[in-house]
Amino acid sequence: MPLLWLTAIVIALSLIGYALGRHRALASTGGDNRGLHSLPVYYGMNALMKSIVPALGLMVIWQLAQPLVIQNRIADMIPASEIADDANLSLVMAEVRRTAEGLDNAVARGFLDEDTASNGRADFTDMTARLKDAGQVVTNQITQPVLRAAQAYRQMSATSNAVMTAAVLAVALLGAGWGVMQSRRDFRARNVVEQGVLVILIAAASVAILTTIGIVLSLIFNTIEFFRLYPAAEFFTLLEWAPSFSGRGGASSLGILPLLWGTIYISIVALIVAVPIGLFSAIYLSEYASQRMRGIAKPMLEILAGIPTIVYGLFALLTIGPLLVSVFGQNGVGWMGGGRSVMTAGIAMGIMLIPFVSSLSDDIINAVPQSLRDGSYGLGATRSETIKQVVLPAALPGIVGAILLAASRAIGETMIVVLGAGAAARLSLNPFEAMTTVTAKIVSQLTGDSDFASPEALVAFALGITLFVLTLGLNVFALYIVRKYREQYE
Amino acid sequence: MTEASMPTTPHAAPRGSLTTVDARTKKRKAAEARFRMYGIAGIATGIFFLLVLLASIVGSGTGAFQQTFINVPVYLDPEKLDKNGERNPSDIAKVSTFGYTPLIQDALLQQVQDNGIETPLEDRGDMKAMISASAAAQVRDTVLANPDLIGETVEFRILASSRVDGYLKDRVKREDVARDKNIDAEHLDLVDALVPLGIVQKTFNMDFITGADASESRAEAAGMGVSMIGSFFMMLVVLVLALPIGVAASIYLEEFAPKNRLTDLIEVNIANLAAVPSIVFGILGLAVFIQFMHLPQSAPLVGGMVLTLMTLPTIIISTRASLKAVPPSIRDAALGVGASKMQSVFHHVLPLAAPGILTGTIIGLAQALGETAPLLLIGMVGFIASNAPDSIASGLLDPNSAMPAQIYEWAKRADPAYYERAWGGIIILLLFLITMNTIAVILRRRFERRW
Repeated sequence: MPLLWLTAIVIALSLIGYALGRHRALASTGGDNRGLHSLPVYYGMNALMKSIVPALGLMVIWQLAQPLVIQNRIADMIPASEIADDANLSLVMAEVRRTAEGLDNAVARGFLDEDTASNGRADFTDMTARLKDAGQVVTNQITQPVLRAAQAYRQMSATSNAVMTAAVLAVALLGAGWGVMQSRRDFRARNVVEQGVLVILIAAASVAILTTIGIVLSLIFNTIEFFRLYPAAEFFTLLEWAPSFSGRGGASSLGILPLLWGTIYISIVALIVAVPIGLFSAIYLSEYASQRMRGIAKPMLEILAGIPTIVYGLFALLTIGPLLVSVFGQNGVGWMGGGRSVMTAGIAMGIMLIPFVSSLSDDIINAVPQSLRDGSYGLGATRSETIKQVVLPAALPGIVGAILLAASRAIGETMIVVLGAGAAARLSLNPFEAMTTVTAKIVSQLTGDSDFASPEALVAFALGITLFVLTLGLNVFALYIVRKYREQYE
Repeated sequence: MTEASMPTTPHAAPRGSLTTVDARTKKRKAAEARFRMYGIAGIATGIFFLLVLLASIVGSGTGAFQQTFINVPVYLDPEKLDKNGERNPSDIAKVSTFGYTPLIQDALLQQVQDNGIETPLEDRGDMKAMISASAAAQVRDTVLANPDLIGETVEFRILASSRVDGYLKDRVKREDVARDKNIDAEHLDLVDALVPLGIVQKTFNMDFITGADASESRAEAAGMGVSMIGSFFMMLVVLVLALPIGVAASIYLEEFAPKNRLTDLIEVNIANLAAVPSIVFGILGLAVFIQFMHLPQSAPLVGGMVLTLMTLPTIIISTRASLKAVPPSIRDAALGVGASKMQSVFHHVLPLAAPGILTGTIIGLAQALGETAPLLLIGMVGFIASNAPDSIASGLLDPNSAMPAQIYEWAKRADPAYYERAWGGIIILLLFLITMNTIAVILRRRFERRW
């Protein structure tokens, strides 16, 4: 991997810079570090930072920009006739990239010589067959324009890589040289290094912002793309979810409402399971339980929170589902067709949410000041009366917030519904019927073989943005309630 | 408080004695006891669910660590395996697994007949249902590695088919076999007869821990090994990226950041990112890393980067908590003896907060290790046919799978034999998580200081 080597060389250069910078600074005072402005280490660090940060930064930016630039140049080379045939530009570009990769691999394994790979013509030499012989994945017959583009792509990538290597090494060398030249006795190395470190810290802190921007942009752009292919009004109002598998857009009906209904129904079932159990556990643990019992029961409940969701998914599919079928299925009451249903997923999700509700409520109940309880006891109330009439009303906003956070978790949960809820989108009230959710459909639309440009795949981004807005809204609302109605106890 | 103590109440109940409990007190005490019971019932239900969950994991998953093997001496017929007798490796390699299958079937039939077992299965083809489809590949690999074996009779321990395995594990019932085209009741009779002879044997299955995934029809050969390596690579990426970025971000926010709009924005962002559903991070990874940057699909590098973004908020929140726990007197003392702000943080605060940071990081890693949904979107369910030693060399950019994704893959398959594998995979996954969490708890107990 040449990038790895380049990185290694840059690191080596910067280490040399470190040694030289430190040495030069010490030499400038004749080996006596009392004469230096900063500790000798800082002179070395100055040279090291000046060479490694810009060089690696340049490398990363180059790697990000290179495909975009090359793609733009190549796009001009592809004649319109090639695109008009079947799909759009991005499909042809994918084809070009695949061909280029195939050529690279074929050369690397010795099936093609460099000359044929870079100059061969699809109409004279049968490039498709030769690539297939070399064990490369080539989907259909390579046409001459595509091959030309692929060859140009290889050419440009190679040139670009060579230029990048040279540029990165030059930057590293110049940086190290600059740092070393600065290393004199009066140079304020520590201040410069500390400024640099601060910049790095700020950059790290902004990764969080970049992530959010990345999420929002990738969702928005693809959603706009989707609405260009599929009317937004239908997406939000249609009562039917039936994507066609042929890849042709017109035949699909992609209405979000059945998915939203499934999501909400399953979340309600989950909350009906989790809230009473979690809330009563929290009340008992914080108000009644002895120290010893609390020490045992609380960690045990919290184990439930540490179990990965795939485990709950499997538990729903293979344990809860068959159990429900044996009671409500054909041999029992007859309400249930298969093991996958709203109840199956809802119960598993409810179990997952128990520790979530209980530990959040526990914290909130514990935050209610003891003086309120003492006042209530002083008036002659029993413990349960105190809890019901004093503690819970005081803790209510917090508890509502906790339940809303749990609901947001339930809406965003994926693995349990993918395995336990079924794949058919339905608007039904029967909780023993299979339904599907927004998250389950995101997975199924993006893991199939359909290409990213079809509305069937792009709809996943529209679903994703709905999910994102929904969970974010619930979270913000929960925090707002907690803040607004929190009693101020001093 | 009883009614008797309030003589001034207008509608006072008839006076009773303080020592006899009146109806209202009884009612209130009953309500108290009831309320208490609700609490106990809540905790009991929660713990009951936990126990059921653990019981079904252990109960259904331990089977995957055992596998049925058939011990059989196979005569490696030179007529079939090396026609011209030159022991030329390239000639031997030309014989595909189809050439080996009859040899194994003959060998098993021979065993059955030598031991005088009464069975209506007298044909070589009847043995097919007993033997795994990967047995021929196993024998072929042995022969290719050691061509001198040709012409000899070699003792092999080959995999039994998943139905035979399921029969010995009570998964395949006799009454179901009638509808199963892969195996007949006669085969099960034969298995019953072969078990006491030690020819069919159920032993510990190392291949489940080290092996690779297998195709749909060969559940008996599937293992977790390769996906463990995939998970390991991803955790490496997460550790290398998330730890430095998370610690640097926390140091800035906790120690240097001025109170302004930008810092507020970052803080709100981190709090919200922690609550974003994991599948949204998968969409992000798909759109940015694969669609936009054209990184390879199914690569542990991409999986690791997605999981990094997902665990960063967790790590930042716990790191900030442990930085905050270091008392200000430490910082003041460092500043007092002439250290710069940066020196006081890096030389004094950070080392003191290190145990807490490590604990938080390990918990974040454990969370990332069990995460499945984002991995499905970036295609980390790659089917890798090479076994553990070969795939170790494959790096961060080659297609790989991950433990939870592998479990999901098995849970989706139709053959119930794969369900047992999925539960077994969960046992392995949970063992890793328990280990990581135990290390975190020990670190906290051992090194965390209370100021």
